Amino acid sequence: MKIPKSFLGYKRENGRAGTRNHVIILPVDDISNACAEAVANNIKGTIALPHSYGRLQFGADLDLHFRTMIGTGRNPNVAAVIVIGIEPKWTKKIVDGIAETGKPVEGFHIERSGDIQTIMKASKKAQEFSIWASDKQREECPLSDLWISVKCGESDTTSGLASNPTVGNLMDKLEPFGVHLCFGETSELTGAEQVCAKRGETPEAQKKFMKTWNNYNDFILKEATDDLSESQPTAGNIAGGLSTIEEKAFGNFQKIGSRKFIDVLEPAEEPKKGKGLYFMDTSSAAAECVTLQAAGGFNIHLFPTGQGNIIGNPIEPVVKLTANPITAKLMSEHVDCDVSKILSREMNLDQAGDKLIETTIKVANGRLTCAEALGHKEFVMTKLYRSA
Amino acid sequence: MSHPDLIIHDEKDNVGVVVIEKTREGQNCNAWIMENDRTVKVPSAYAVPLGHKIALKDLKIGDTIFKYGHDIGKVVKEIKKGEHVHVHNIKTKKW
Repeated sequence: MKIPKSFLGYKRENGRAGTRNHVIILPVDDISNACAEAVANNIKGTIALPHSYGRLQFGADLDLHFRTMIGTGRNPNVAAVIVIGIEPKWTKKIVDGIAETGKPVEGFHIERSGDIQTIMKASKKAQEFSIWASDKQREECPLSDLWISVKCGESDTTSGLASNPTVGNLMDKLEPFGVHLCFGETSELTGAEQVCAKRGETPEAQKKFMKTWNNYNDFILKEATDDLSESQPTAGNIAGGLSTIEEKAFGNFQKIGSRKFIDVLEPAEEPKKGKGLYFMDTSSAAAECVTLQAAGGFNIHLFPTGQGNIIGNPIEPVVKLTANPITAKLMSEHVDCDVSKILSREMNLDQAGDKLIETTIKVANGRLTCAEALGHKEFVMTKLYRSA
Repeated sequence: MSHPDLIIHDEKDNVGVVVIEKTREGQNCNAWIMENDRTVKVPSAYAVPLGHKIALKDLKIGDTIFKYGHDIGKVVKEIKKGEHVHVHNIKTKKW
């Protein structure tokens, strides 16, 4: 297949390009959700991103909160941002972080004026942003403007056999075009961690990966009360035939094809070493992982599933593929790309990879994903420990 | 290319994955080895559903299960060739 060299995206002030054109209403903290949702309800063409945290966090957990908030606002799929927090200081910190991109952003705080006045002021600005953003047109962007993140979910053995290698095939074909790529799921590489570490392009990247994996594994061993069966692997994984974390890990790992990763990112960290594949330290829970990758700046997501994970994300379109013929049949409204014919050998990996590239570019050009059409917009913050 | 009943990732593996909706008791399955494009015959002791694993040889307690050519866990209950391999007879070595 001749791979198209461009897609139609929204060019942003900082040189990045978006596959979507969202105006988001971002609450700084849990108690500002009501305000943010009221604004999004008032003004069409905006979307609120309610979440559960943002108060009394501290240390690395607070850093991660800010990184996720700011990164979400900075994502090129976002045209403009309204930030609403309870008090001005943390609100401003997030506004300033987003403003570096040059995109329109304005902060509002609720203390000393109350919800209703804040909703009124923020709605006026949100209307302005919404109309401004709707005037933007898609333009031709080089393929290298695609930042593709990957994560699988409700995997089964068909994931490791076919849908994950299909993603790997796409990575192998698209990396030469200068795209950014990202995989994560630290705990889900357990059993394959040594093999994965060897894929680090430099000794530093390899060392950084092992340190990250060891930290996560130590944390799991410290908190575990059993062998994690039904958590990792999940009950759905087990129903689909996956028996152990090692088996799941080697299946998971197929997603990076024959690529090497150039760096290891903190959760929600923006890559800074240029094009190529990155590993991000994330939970293996779908919504948490995709939220972190979106906050890292990735603008399109590929999500292979076996038993049928249904996740979406509010700002990063999630393209779902499956190789499980039963899932493709029974849950067709969730499947953007059916590669189940690999199992019957009516399709080979090369053909499946091409099919996924076609779907990915269509979605980058604006075609809705199944999850978008169904209204899936799971936005889930990762929390490292209890608040103070 | 005939439709395989089982797919085996690697020559070294001692399990194969069912890729049809369900095997039949006593079925002599066509198993395709991806690594070297070889086809072998594997019996299915009883019905095993899509995505689940079948033992390619007799396995003793403590034996290592190989899939993708790699160690994916240990046998905790004896398994005969053709039997279902899953959480009731194998376990992780990690957690």
